[in-house]
Amino acid sequence: MGERLTTSTLLVTEEDEKKHEIIRAKGEGKELTKEEKQRLRKEKKQHKKNKKDDRGPPEKEKEKEKASVPAPSKPATQSPAHKAAPVPVNASASESPVAAEKPAKSKAELRAERRARQDSERASKQGKKEGGQQSTSSKPKATPNELQPVVKRLPDHVQVDDPVALKKLAKKLERQQKSGQGCSLNITGVKVPLRSDYGYKVSLFSHLHQYSRKNPPTQQISIPVTVIHPSIVRLGLQYSQGIIAGSNARSVALLHAFKQVIQDYSTPPNEELSRDLVNKLSPYISFLSQCRPLSASMGNAIKYIKKEISNIPSQCKEEEAKRILQECIDSYINEKIILASEAISKYAIEKISDGDVILVYGCSSLVNHILCEAFEKQRKFRVIVVDSRPRLEGREALRRLVKKGIRCTYVLISALSYILPEVSKVFLGAHALLANGYVMSRVGTSQIALVAKAYNVPVLVCCETYKFCERVQTDSFVSNELDDPDDLIVTRNGKTHLENWQTVKSLGLLNLVYDVTPPDFVDLVITDLGMIPCTSVPVVLRVKNVDQ
Amino acid sequence: MPGADKETELSERIEAFLSELKRCGSGAGSLRGSAETARETTSLLRRITAQARWSNAGDLMEIIRKEGRRMTAGQPSETTVGNMVRRVLKIIREEYARSRGSTEEADQQESLHKLLTSGGSSEDNFRQHFTHLKANVIEAINELLTELEGTTDNISMQALEHIHSNEVIMTIGRSRTVEAFLKDAARKRKFHVIVAECAPFCQGHEMATSLSKEDIETTVIPDAAIFAVMSRVNKVIIGTQTVLANGGLRAVNGTHTLALAAKHHSTPLIVCAPMFKLSPQFPNEEDTFHKFVSPHEVLPFTEGEILSKVNAHCPVFDYVPPELITLFISNIGGNAPSYIYRLMSELYHPEDHEL
Repeated sequence: MGERLTTSTLLVTEEDEKKHEIIRAKGEGKELTKEEKQRLRKEKKQHKKNKKDDRGPPEKEKEKEKASVPAPSKPATQSPAHKAAPVPVNASASESPVAAEKPAKSKAELRAERRARQDSERASKQGKKEGGQQSTSSKPKATPNELQPVVKRLPDHVQVDDPVALKKLAKKLERQQKSGQGCSLNITGVKVPLRSDYGYKVSLFSHLHQYSRKNPPTQQISIPVTVIHPSIVRLGLQYSQGIIAGSNARSVALLHAFKQVIQDYSTPPNEELSRDLVNKLSPYISFLSQCRPLSASMGNAIKYIKKEISNIPSQCKEEEAKRILQECIDSYINEKIILASEAISKYAIEKISDGDVILVYGCSSLVNHILCEAFEKQRKFRVIVVDSRPRLEGREALRRLVKKGIRCTYVLISALSYILPEVSKVFLGAHALLANGYVMSRVGTSQIALVAKAYNVPVLVCCETYKFCERVQTDSFVSNELDDPDDLIVTRNGKTHLENWQTVKSLGLLNLVYDVTPPDFVDLVITDLGMIPCTSVPVVLRVKNVDQ
Repeated sequence: MPGADKETELSERIEAFLSELKRCGSGAGSLRGSAETARETTSLLRRITAQARWSNAGDLMEIIRKEGRRMTAGQPSETTVGNMVRRVLKIIREEYARSRGSTEEADQQESLHKLLTSGGSSEDNFRQHFTHLKANVIEAINELLTELEGTTDNISMQALEHIHSNEVIMTIGRSRTVEAFLKDAARKRKFHVIVAECAPFCQGHEMATSLSKEDIETTVIPDAAIFAVMSRVNKVIIGTQTVLANGGLRAVNGTHTLALAAKHHSTPLIVCAPMFKLSPQFPNEEDTFHKFVSPHEVLPFTEGEILSKVNAHCPVFDYVPPELITLFISNIGGNAPSYIYRLMSELYHPEDHEL
């Protein structure tokens, strides 16, 4: 009865004690130590949590985000070394069970560990939110035999049919204009714009966004744009209008834009570069994902950058830090994209023999590079380029190959059954390789693999390892991208049948961008680590994570 | 002389028909459907029977065969012309046999016994003159015409037996038969149709607009997305240009991919084809099977700088093997692909397979 002490009452008494301490310290005219400032912060968080406990977990999460986001921008400088603040006893649902059951270690060491874990979790959670990527081991410092249950949050871009999720996204975008400020800037109501959907969406895809190219996302941004860096705005527009397309091109453009951002960045006073820069990047990433959903390669690149930024030691001077980051980005591009494509070409050229007839689909920069290299090495082969409406990317590939001097044939994907008996090998590019062995690539790739299998033609997929991702997917519906439906409209013989498709109630146009190919259709995947079967993708991911 | 006038008029009509056949082979589907072509061919053949000069069945068959060869040469891919010619030839044989009093069915089957006992070839058999042969043949051709007129309705009447509510049906390109089939089912059932547009002619667009006007929920997808959406499709219903003798199809390009995707997902593939599309051809004749149209549909002349260095192909038809087909729905009912050879033997005489 009266004897029972609940955790909340214990907490309250603890807090009271600390409050007294702080008031005492203030009264004595001493400057609050870092510890105490952190304690204050934690208490405020605590209070808010207790107040809103009844409202349920989603609100609590929001509050925690709110509390955690302004926390780093508070004047108290935090170094990861200070872990003396008491950890809130009631850990929320999204934070994995804190290893509080280690009575062997001392309290300070425990707190140190917890703090480190929270920091890394926070960084990876932001990466999750923006990039829509799942982070596997979000605790690189945790021991490997601890299999923490990672509760993966569903990315925003596949929750369009859920009004609660949409509201949360809108609030988050609003919030991001404030978080990027710091307290010194004075911003007018500029926010990351929320793009609205266009046209009638096929009911099977009501959970995805469908934007029109005629409504660019920058229409609602006022000038001057103080939150979003201009090179990011330009990049976002290039994505949304399709000027930059293809996962390698998009990733490289993104990294170059980030280099520019880092160049122009200056640390506000009383801030640490490693924390503040990461927070500055969040609204940029939200803006880019509004322009066009991020690709798997872009998500991995962003994760890498954020990790590099948070690893900058606090004693580093700003110029030095910037130089380090620029070098990191350059080496990432060099290693993961340029050198990887060289390695893949080397392996792939072994697979091309004289007299081959090679079929390629669409425009994959990697496959084009392989073919050009093989041609330079005096291999005798000819190429069949298969293309599909409405993007007609194959024409670009055709131009590049013809310029090189390779003999080419060009057909549309509906003529595939006609042309396949002549083909000896099929080379396909990939947008991402999923952890269950499925290949996510441009829509139509699975069809090519299907028909090639029916004719017993080997299918080789070429993909760099930085495009491997931990997601799993079994069909092309649950996570995809819907392109502008107006692209399907065509005028033939002076007649445009689908001109007024919007007015007809029961007519819908579907313009998918990606599809997934089951691993039984793919015979070989050529990566920079070697030639592997499709099912070895999770092995590569594991090896990569252990390395990191 | 009235005879000469009739003859010139007849040859004029034949010439007009031939030129129209040649003209509408531009690949964007025929300007008129195959049903119309069949009807026009049959009425032309009836006119020939009525107006040409012949004294016995053999002569008539020779005349019709000659005209038939000319017409099929005008547009080899339009097989309905040849099919109708063969049907009429079979009608003539039947009427002749009926006039003579013997039953035709016995002569049909070539058994070892027949080969030994018959001895003489069947050509001599047609030299007898019968006065009522002309009238009988014309009457039989009229029956054929009535049958042709009712084919689409006969097929659509079977629609409700095959489509249940809340189904997702996939189709490709534009087939008037399938359109009528789906519209008939839509009067009583609610279902969703996905139309693959079938580049480069994009006839799927026309099909989709026409279907959506009847308040059928329609979605247009590009050809590349066929496999991607196939997992949500319950049935695939397609039309075809020709049904081949082995039960395979000669259909618009893209149909083979559609059939393979359906097979992979174990989705039934239903072909709506009236009987006049059944042709005694086999798919092995490589040079006559495929038809190509101008590659400018695929790679337009605006891409001039690479055009000269590139081969572009634009085939119109695809071969679909009979193993991928689940059911044929024709005006005489539903059949499995393995039964097609029997139907063919009922429609055409084996000697007419080669015109």
